[in-house]
Amino acid sequence: MTDAPDVLTSLRGLHTPPPPGFDQRVLARIGLDPSADGYVLVDGPTEPLFVAFTDRGVNHVLSARVVDLDADRFATAHRARFGRGIRPAPAPAALDAALRSGRPGKLRIDLRGVTEFERAVLTKALEIPPGEIRPYAWVAREIGRPRAVRAVGTALGHNPVPVLVPCHRVVRSDGVIGDYVFGTLMKRALLGAERLDVDGNERLARSGVHLVGSDTTHIYCYPSCRHARRITDRRRVGFPNAARAEAAGYRPCRDCRPGGAQTA
Amino acid sequence: MPTREQLAQRAAVDLDATFPDVLAAHGAAVYTTALRVSRQPSDAEDLAAETFVRAYRAMREYPPERLRGLRLRPWLVTITLNLWRNQLRTAARAPVTVGLEAGHEPRATDGDPERAVLEHQGTGWVGACLAALPDLQRQAVVLHHVVGLPYTEVAEVMGCPVGTAKSHASRGLTSLRRRLRPARPQEGTP
Repeated sequence: MTDAPDVLTSLRGLHTPPPPGFDQRVLARIGLDPSADGYVLVDGPTEPLFVAFTDRGVNHVLSARVVDLDADRFATAHRARFGRGIRPAPAPAALDAALRSGRPGKLRIDLRGVTEFERAVLTKALEIPPGEIRPYAWVAREIGRPRAVRAVGTALGHNPVPVLVPCHRVVRSDGVIGDYVFGTLMKRALLGAERLDVDGNERLARSGVHLVGSDTTHIYCYPSCRHARRITDRRRVGFPNAARAEAAGYRPCRDCRPGGAQTA
Repeated sequence: MPTREQLAQRAAVDLDATFPDVLAAHGAAVYTTALRVSRQPSDAEDLAAETFVRAYRAMREYPPERLRGLRLRPWLVTITLNLWRNQLRTAARAPVTVGLEAGHEPRATDGDPERAVLEHQGTGWVGACLAALPDLQRQAVVLHHVVGLPYTEVAEVMGCPVGTAKSHASRGLTSLRRRLRPARPQEGTP
């Protein structure tokens, strides 16, 4: 055995660098992590929204209300979903226009985290114009998976970018507005802000009318379709389903595609 | 080191761009202080991380002239010690025993025992003896002999005259030499 090393040398040997990843964890906590996604707090159509984005577009939208306007809680939710932190950053240029118009327009959306099926569902939802609604069954039919109605509901419930990808425009097949990731009240408010007569649509559905046609053109539509809204009261005919409309000699609208092919 | 002096200057110009370098330059000093003063590897990382988070928030509020004049290393280490004292005060209401008896390694209560072992490997006995010193002696020895702060900065951090800091360190060192000389155990024995 050698003599004990000099105490001063031993003490200098106690100098210890921080554990691996320490710098990154600290930088993430203070919002300077270079790998973190950018985020902003913006005024949405009906309430404030946290919006996070990568260099490929918006990847996460969360109602600020559900996290009490707390950016730390948004960060926690973001990390749980994407495994990355967030840092304050300037909003993408097209975000404001997208929120005001109800259509993404030039705003890019980063859907890298979703499955192929979810991507098909969300892309289809993007086709529904502001102020119009379609049933879950319509989305299922349109993406060629007519029996996957429940899966469509689940996929819309997992929408990482609500409001921007308008899952709020997809409603229950019985005409009830139904559930929403941020609560059914917000879904109704968003549709109301897009000038949809939410209560009127539900009342119509409850009375058994799910499709409306014009007795001059003999075309039938979903009631919220822009063509259906132009039909005058005198010319409007209600149908409970596509089969009854077809039987009365009507054909489906080419824009809202209320599904005649399967029932004809 | 000249680059360390320049860090405060750069921070005054662009804090966000400079702060990663502040972390890289002073991470070891802060972590070592946290580790050797708190005596708990599991708490040390939290203490060190909290130091830098507080430091960043404070620096964001400081006017540029105050940032330029900041001596970062003693300032950061002071934050670490203050945080540790606050922790002790809180913990005093629900005391936790620190398992430190002669010849025993400091307890690793962390979820990462492997790292805790590595932390003390080779330096375990010196580390254990250091941990057993009274608070003020331990602080002075850690700051001067382990972290490498000059005595003027040790005094600044400890809030005492330079002479007092020196005498704490000297008494701590004498006590360490006495403990280490007669009964240093065989290598590898726990």
